[in-house]
Amino acid sequence: MAVNYAVLKKGGFMRQKQKNNFSLRLRVVGGNLTAVQLSKIAEVADKFGEGYVHLTSRQSVEIPFIKVDDIDDVKNALAKGDVEPGVCGPRVRTITACQGEAICPSGCIDTYALAKELDDRYFAKELPHKFKFGITGCQNNCLKAEENDVGIKGGIKVSWKESDCIGCGVCEKACRQGAITISDGKVSVDNSKCNFCGRCYKACPTEAWDTVHGYIVSFGGLFGNQINKGETVIPFVEDKETLLRICDAAIKFFEKNAKPSERFKFTIDRVGKEIFEKEILEAYNE
Amino acid sequence: MSDFKIDDSVDITDVVCPTTFVKAKVALEELDDGQILSIKLNDGEPVQNVPRSIKEEGHQILKLLDNGDGTYELIVKKVGD
Repeated sequence: MAVNYAVLKKGGFMRQKQKNNFSLRLRVVGGNLTAVQLSKIAEVADKFGEGYVHLTSRQSVEIPFIKVDDIDDVKNALAKGDVEPGVCGPRVRTITACQGEAICPSGCIDTYALAKELDDRYFAKELPHKFKFGITGCQNNCLKAEENDVGIKGGIKVSWKESDCIGCGVCEKACRQGAITISDGKVSVDNSKCNFCGRCYKACPTEAWDTVHGYIVSFGGLFGNQINKGETVIPFVEDKETLLRICDAAIKFFEKNAKPSERFKFTIDRVGKEIFEKEILEAYNE
Repeated sequence: MSDFKIDDSVDITDVVCPTTFVKAKVALEELDDGQILSIKLNDGEPVQNVPRSIKEEGHQILKLLDNGDGTYELIVKKVGD
């Protein structure tokens, strides 16, 4: 029977140079794997591969040298450790994320919870071409949000809470954007300079700030044969429901307009930035 | 210099990150609960980051004073023994 490479690729089996050998990509969400999963992956790599794994550039794991005849056995073995194959080809790919606010002192949002939610909503959804989501917890951008078709960056929108302020002056210096000035004991924030990094709030001894933890969203990033930094076309997104509406709108736009093998950026350019921005703004304002 | 009764002071302008924080932390360890330390630190990264690190250690920041020469005094009240 002929080997159907497209079906295998869709199921995460990447054809190798070596005939009848496949590198099996696994489903990983937000860069986390449990000890149980890791142990099963190790066992499968040892038994069916060549005793090693490859960590991909987008937080997945591949087990190289899986033989075509072992594919079903490998899938069954992995399932026993809660491990599923990933995907390749024209669909929504691994949702990547940094550790975010659950772990990292700099984090502004719960990146892993959001990655899980996006994974449940979109993972492996068929589209005209690959489509990547990346989630980073703060302005440090460890996860490089703007490389992705849709990049999500956590941020904190602040407003000064005078009643709790002790006037220490730390926030003015903690701000790297020069957005904060203090005069006569009054703190003022220049919103045109604020980048939502949250450093003022995190440095403040009394946390004298009202805060909204939200999202900065970029569209059309890619970092392969062509390179483009995703662009932010909407203001700071203050709640998750709005964020999800925006993600839905972006995917819908791509699904409706993209030609086969056309990345999101080029669809936006061909159809027209104004048209795209109008649709995204509608989702933002809904 | 300030309205606070300073119990001890430390100059961390002669070291760079992360030693800045370490030096401040060691100085705080020498103090008793409630005593006040004045930390002299440089503009730039130290003044951006050291106050937050000290807050995360659980101490209480009272004031940041600008010396006007590119250095600052951070006034910290020790919390805990």
